[in-house]
Amino acid sequence: MKNLKSLALVLSLVPLSFSVFAAGGKVHLDHADTDIMDRASLQNGAKLFMNYCSGCHAISFMRYNRIGADLGLSDELITENLMFAGSKPGETMVTAMPEGAASKWFGGVPPDLSLVARSKGTDWIYTYLRSFYNDEARIFGVNNKVLVNASMPDVLWSLRESQSEAEFDNSVRDITNFLDYVGEPAKLIRLQLGKWVLLFLGVLFILTYMLKKEYWKDVKYGVWRRRD
Amino acid sequence: MKNNQSWIDQRFPLSKVWNEHLAEYYTPRNFNFWYFFGGLAVLMLGMQLITGIFLTMYYKPDAANAFASVEYIMRDIEWGWLIRYLHSTGASAFFVIIYLHMFRALLYGSYKGPREFLWILGMLLYVLLAAEAFFGYVLPWGQMSFWGAQVIISLFGSVPLIGPDLLVWILGDYAVGDATLNRFFSLHVIVLPLLLVVLVFLHLVALHHVGSNNPDGIEIKENKDKDGIPKDGIPFHPYFTIKDSMVVVGFIWILCAVIFYAPALNGYFLEHANFVEANPLKTPEHIAPVWYLTPFYSVLRAIPPMFGSQFPGVLAMFAAILIFFALPWLDRSPVKSIRYRSPIYKWALGIFVVSFVMLGWLGLKPVTPTYALLGRIATALYFAYFILMPWYTSIGKTKEVPTRVTE
Repeated sequence: MKNLKSLALVLSLVPLSFSVFAAGGKVHLDHADTDIMDRASLQNGAKLFMNYCSGCHAISFMRYNRIGADLGLSDELITENLMFAGSKPGETMVTAMPEGAASKWFGGVPPDLSLVARSKGTDWIYTYLRSFYNDEARIFGVNNKVLVNASMPDVLWSLRESQSEAEFDNSVRDITNFLDYVGEPAKLIRLQLGKWVLLFLGVLFILTYMLKKEYWKDVKYGVWRRRD
Repeated sequence: MKNNQSWIDQRFPLSKVWNEHLAEYYTPRNFNFWYFFGGLAVLMLGMQLITGIFLTMYYKPDAANAFASVEYIMRDIEWGWLIRYLHSTGASAFFVIIYLHMFRALLYGSYKGPREFLWILGMLLYVLLAAEAFFGYVLPWGQMSFWGAQVIISLFGSVPLIGPDLLVWILGDYAVGDATLNRFFSLHVIVLPLLLVVLVFLHLVALHHVGSNNPDGIEIKENKDKDGIPKDGIPFHPYFTIKDSMVVVGFIWILCAVIFYAPALNGYFLEHANFVEANPLKTPEHIAPVWYLTPFYSVLRAIPPMFGSQFPGVLAMFAAILIFFALPWLDRSPVKSIRYRSPIYKWALGIFVVSFVMLGWLGLKPVTPTYALLGRIATALYFAYFILMPWYTSIGKTKEVPTRVTE
């Protein structure tokens, strides 16, 4: 009986959640226009991410030296510039903030951002980071148009104050680009490799097509039985 | 070489099997585009088995580790990302192929006698494949894995009397959890693949016994030359082995284009929400199965609860799949192929295709009043194709079927 009730609950929640989804309406998202092949942008994004984001957010599926290898940075460079003191290049990028403290300060653990570009999309990240506005009702004095009542403070404010609007958009674009890379490091390989794979298969297809045509001449002229 | 062959032939019917099923297996020479997909389905089964073996080496069927182990494969295993995409995008490709393969049977009446049993084996394969795909989708243990499983499995709880016990029996727990993940892993990598391979073998045995249908719907065995060889048949090997090789390369080109440039196909092949680890405390805004199961999900949603139970909807969903099994006995047309069918059948098939695609599309969407109405209309049209079939296939003027295949 209890299970029947829980079933009824689950099933009644399904259409309900749809209506919530429908009623919520979609926030307009600006196009991030990132280019994962732009190495300078990725390097700048990595630097900004480590300076402004990594204090609270882990990217725990990512290793420091993988970033080094993919972005053309030596172990020395990443040790000096990207890593927390005491970490090793082969380690994954967890945050230094203790979980208990995080819950106390922000009301929850800041999410791991390893896959945020895959679940939310680059446009979402790009728009979210540029959508903070002053709201005295909130604990950090800011609210967000994309994620209403976000518990994250406007960590990029100092960057925005020191840069022009276009420069700031570019900085956010670089962070977004970096997170896109972090979401799927293999994207760098597959985009580079893809054209060669398709070229090879294309040539192979032409050859198999010619082979097929040669064999099927027998069928066309009705002489396939001559092999007897 | 010759000696080796006779040594084996004395002990195993190698040459006999080779001749009966390849070199002297006579296939209609008028096969067209729609006949590519049987061979490609075998290719996909092989690819899923091989990539699956490698994924199993690294995947951890454990609610605490499953999600991270998939990311480990995507990032830290050499070529792991490629093997994973071949498997996950391959699953969608497999269903594209299977649906086209099934549509071919509707186009050319391939399910009609003497191929009823072949059709039933094929339908069993389809049902098993859907189950295999469902279990596989649970394994990455993302939000859609978890909540999709939650919704689909809870349907079994709506069965009268035994529902609640059945639910616990399936889950191995009172909710979807570690025990469920482990048993689904077992079903996904052992039970269903074994059954699929056995049934594919039987499907091919049945096919080679009755022979292939063709776009004209003619039995080529009824027209043989003095040596007993069908006049419209050509040996499968080398003609179709060569032709299918070409088809395989072309298909892999398309598959690779998707895998290398859009492996998640904007959320259709790998849903966005599945990149968030399963969280039993947080229901996603919108739960939808992957595209290949959405037509039946739409049928489920189209039927309103009756007597406070979702069971009628569940029955309708299963009926939507099972009714395919009855097709050979619902179709009373004297001809097989769409080429010679009456106009009313062509309309019926057209409307069926539209309703099926419509149901699939609606299954991806949240329910709104308009969509709910569309879903009910499409469900009615879907079932009408089958229920009215004995009537509309026995009226209408069919064209005369030629005795020999046309080009």
